[in-house]
Amino acid sequence: MKDKLVPLRAAISDHLDRGNAVVLGACLEPDIPFAATYEIIRQEIRGLNVIAPISDASTDMLIGAGCVSEITGAWVGNVSGGLGHNYRRACEVGEPGPVTVHDHSNFSLGMALLAGAYGMPYLPMRSILGSDILQSNPQFRRAENPFSETREPVILVPPLQPDVAFLPVQRADRQGNNHHWGNRGLVQEAALAAGKVVLLADEIVAPEVIASDPSRVLLPGYLVTAVCHAPGGVHPAPMTGRWRRDNAFFEAYHRESRTRDGFLAWLDEWVLGVPDHAAYRAKLGAQFDDLRIADSAPAATTHYGMT
Amino acid sequence: MAAGYSTQELMIVAAAREISDGDVVFVGMRLPIVAYGVARLTHAPNAVGLFECGIVRYGPASEALYTMGDPPNQLGAAWATGLIQVMGQLQRGRVDAGFIGGAEIDRFGNINTSYIGEVSAPRVKLPGSGGAADIAAMAKRLIAIVNHQKHRFVERVGYVTSPGFLDGGESRAEAGLSEGGPAAVITDRCILRPHGPDRELHLASVHPEHSIEEVREHTGWDLKSRPGLAETPPPSREELAALHAIDKDGLWR
Repeated sequence: MKDKLVPLRAAISDHLDRGNAVVLGACLEPDIPFAATYEIIRQEIRGLNVIAPISDASTDMLIGAGCVSEITGAWVGNVSGGLGHNYRRACEVGEPGPVTVHDHSNFSLGMALLAGAYGMPYLPMRSILGSDILQSNPQFRRAENPFSETREPVILVPPLQPDVAFLPVQRADRQGNNHHWGNRGLVQEAALAAGKVVLLADEIVAPEVIASDPSRVLLPGYLVTAVCHAPGGVHPAPMTGRWRRDNAFFEAYHRESRTRDGFLAWLDEWVLGVPDHAAYRAKLGAQFDDLRIADSAPAATTHYGMT
Repeated sequence: MAAGYSTQELMIVAAAREISDGDVVFVGMRLPIVAYGVARLTHAPNAVGLFECGIVRYGPASEALYTMGDPPNQLGAAWATGLIQVMGQLQRGRVDAGFIGGAEIDRFGNINTSYIGEVSAPRVKLPGSGGAADIAAMAKRLIAIVNHQKHRFVERVGYVTSPGFLDGGESRAEAGLSEGGPAAVITDRCILRPHGPDRELHLASVHPEHSIEEVREHTGWDLKSRPGLAETPPPSREELAALHAIDKDGLWR
């Protein structure tokens, strides 16, 4: 199989274009590819439609950096601090530029990606009935369940097929076969819906390691466009079995991004003034190393035999 | 703290009492997650906790969480799976209770976490629904936790992120939501519950050291009292012991 291992910088410049619809993590709070978020900002890729169930502060950073023109999402903020200051500024006063918000709930975004993943023209759902999400986002349609004998309103959700999904995994081989564990949020739906999948692998392993446990595979390598080796590429988000969440970093971001000038200073310090993820890790130093999960809680051995 | 417990601890215990044994519960973060732990250790040892990121747990995590995806919530989970597998249980009718918070709530229990002011030019852009709209629509009982300030308890929210009883009466059912709706709103002053065919939120109990007059003064509509209005029972010794066992660092004291 083709060797798909490339540097993150090249993966982004080769595969993400201005104006693309992009998923940056879909696992909700864990496994957010912040290393990719930072590199997109450095490469000044603009006009993005960010599809985000909850990508913690990643979406807020991209908005503040001027990379976003649309949000298709259920929640944008900073889980540690609540409100996203850049999201507020963009929606309230158009700074640094206006963003168009396509409101979803978590489940409706899930239905949109699920429909996109399997080529369904739309999916019916009920759990946003009664919500003004139906008013503020005209992409949904109301219908009656044709199979019900009584009146039963349903909402039809159109499919979403992101151009590119950047998804962290614990380990991958050079061909893009991979293992992901812990909660999965909408990662699998995003991966299967996206036109291109770029993995940020915490560790690159031999193909035999992945092949030994096919039930842990997020999606097979033939569906992966590129693999980047990005140890701790989720920082400051957590990754199951690998990295704890850097709560202090999120809180500092929330404090410093309160004003536009504060955000720009933060951006200079942690993104624009740092050439790549290796330098970012080095800058964090001991703070980064302390987040590594050191204790061992192995799963039971799993056997796949033939005879 | 003269009473031996904080207001937040009283709210946690009140929230725990909303969970029945065997309930399947959307837990959420912060205060409700502690309430879930208290319920498990006291009257609801068979409750099951659901997290929208794709986690199901029996016992609560052994350490404090900042987000529901943190490593302590993964370790020892009953199920680590996808959002659809967990949130889909709402539409399937398997979820007994759900907890959500909110910036604004109105007299029919509708909650806004999206826009203050016009959608096209909001005065404050709030983070949005997350899973709250789905939980409010489909859980059999919704329990809202909201700080009781007049600007939050309004006659009518400007934007319904998470539906309560909408315009009251049968309007929720007419919108296609035949079940569920707010069962309790727990605040730092009192507990409100829907009452009568209008489904308007009425005052159900007032926390110790708070008064009806004070609660009404901090509510943006003409708040009525339910028959049998009483004082919120303070935490029992057993409830406090459970809470202290979970909140080892005293974050909620």
